[in-house]
Amino acid sequence: MKTISADKIKKTIAQLCVKANLELRPDVLAILKKARNTETSKRAKKLLGAIIENANVARAEQLAICQDTGMPVVFLAIGQDVRISGSLQQAVNKGVELGYKKACLRNSIIKDPLARGKSFYSPVVVHVDIVPGSKLRITVLPKGFGCENKSLLKMFSPTAKIEELKGFIIDAVKSAGPDACPPYVLGVGIGGTADLASLLAKKALLRRLGARGSKLETDLLKAINKLDIGPMGLGGKTTALAVNIETHPTHIAGLPVALNFSCHALRSATAAL
Amino acid sequence: MNDRQIKSLKILDEIKLSGVIYTARDQAHKRLVEAINSGKKPPIDLKGAFIYYCGPTATPKGKVIGACGPTTSSRMDKFTPALLKAGIKGMIGKGRRSKEVVAAIKKYKAVYFLAYAGCGALISKYIKKAKAVAYKDLGPEAIFRLEVKDFPLIVGIDSQGRNIYD
Repeated sequence: MKTISADKIKKTIAQLCVKANLELRPDVLAILKKARNTETSKRAKKLLGAIIENANVARAEQLAICQDTGMPVVFLAIGQDVRISGSLQQAVNKGVELGYKKACLRNSIIKDPLARGKSFYSPVVVHVDIVPGSKLRITVLPKGFGCENKSLLKMFSPTAKIEELKGFIIDAVKSAGPDACPPYVLGVGIGGTADLASLLAKKALLRRLGARGSKLETDLLKAINKLDIGPMGLGGKTTALAVNIETHPTHIAGLPVALNFSCHALRSATAAL
Repeated sequence: MNDRQIKSLKILDEIKLSGVIYTARDQAHKRLVEAINSGKKPPIDLKGAFIYYCGPTATPKGKVIGACGPTTSSRMDKFTPALLKAGIKGMIGKGRRSKEVVAAIKKYKAVYFLAYAGCGALISKYIKKAKAVAYKDLGPEAIFRLEVKDFPLIVGIDSQGRNIYD
């Protein structure tokens, strides 16, 4: 049994919040550079250049990549041989507050979704997995809401054709159009239940971009990049940077498909204790 | 920017804006329109004003402003015709606008610009002065007066009602 203090978790989460918001993920930056080099539209090339420059300015000047520093989504993979001393829930929320205040990130959380009112740094969204071993792996994904607002879930019939699934995803991108900061990264969750498919779609955004994808991922990316939406919706062949799909066993009667959009500023940071 | 300059702009034109603009997003729009509808004086002069759909991060020490890119314009659509009627001449944001907004832009000979979406750090370099001037209780959603220099923008909807996303 290994003991990890809540205080250590708090400090780690604070650091991860700062890193995720100020330093664009290396895989995201690399795929943006690749897209700028292969893009044929002059305007799209210029806009991709501005996006890359924005990441450079953020890192050099220690500024947030985007003013929408998101709703922080915290993933905890807790080894079953780990014991946490102190309140884990408090450590997570206090850690986010600490990091967000330190780096002047935006307080975008309202306590009551209907009454609205004043905004705060927390409470955040937490997902916990219990895994083998004696490590605690923490990932912070600050999720902007321009793109989160485009998320979708559809419960397909188990006999639906793959073309129907593809159509659902491609139509969702068409419908989002220029509004959620393309080029997008699409997280897709297939299987499980309605709630698990949605979680898988979000987790898919954490997978490294640019790795060799499945045939379905490659086919979807090709089709989406023929839509001519492009950066800021002003045309070009860079409408999505990647399509990442996660699957899970499901019920004989169902086929849940969830879609989580990320804008081009896909931000996350991970640490293991 | 005067009326003649606004009239000369057409969609896809790329300009560099220098001058004074005001930030306002969801809650500030709601309050501005409530003030107009109840006959109260809005806290900023709307005549000829340029509104930037933006809620910046807090300002780091030694900086003019934090990250301050555009937010999704369509959420402001239901308030925009009333603000155009009250005299605003320009809007800066990202993404599409409703048919009603396009018609109102044409009617009041105004203009809608797109700012580089998701480039809040880069855009902060074009802001020379920033001050919260109204609805300060709203935090990031307060109205900030910004002095900008060479702020790169693309004309999205021009004064003749032409729309970049049509």
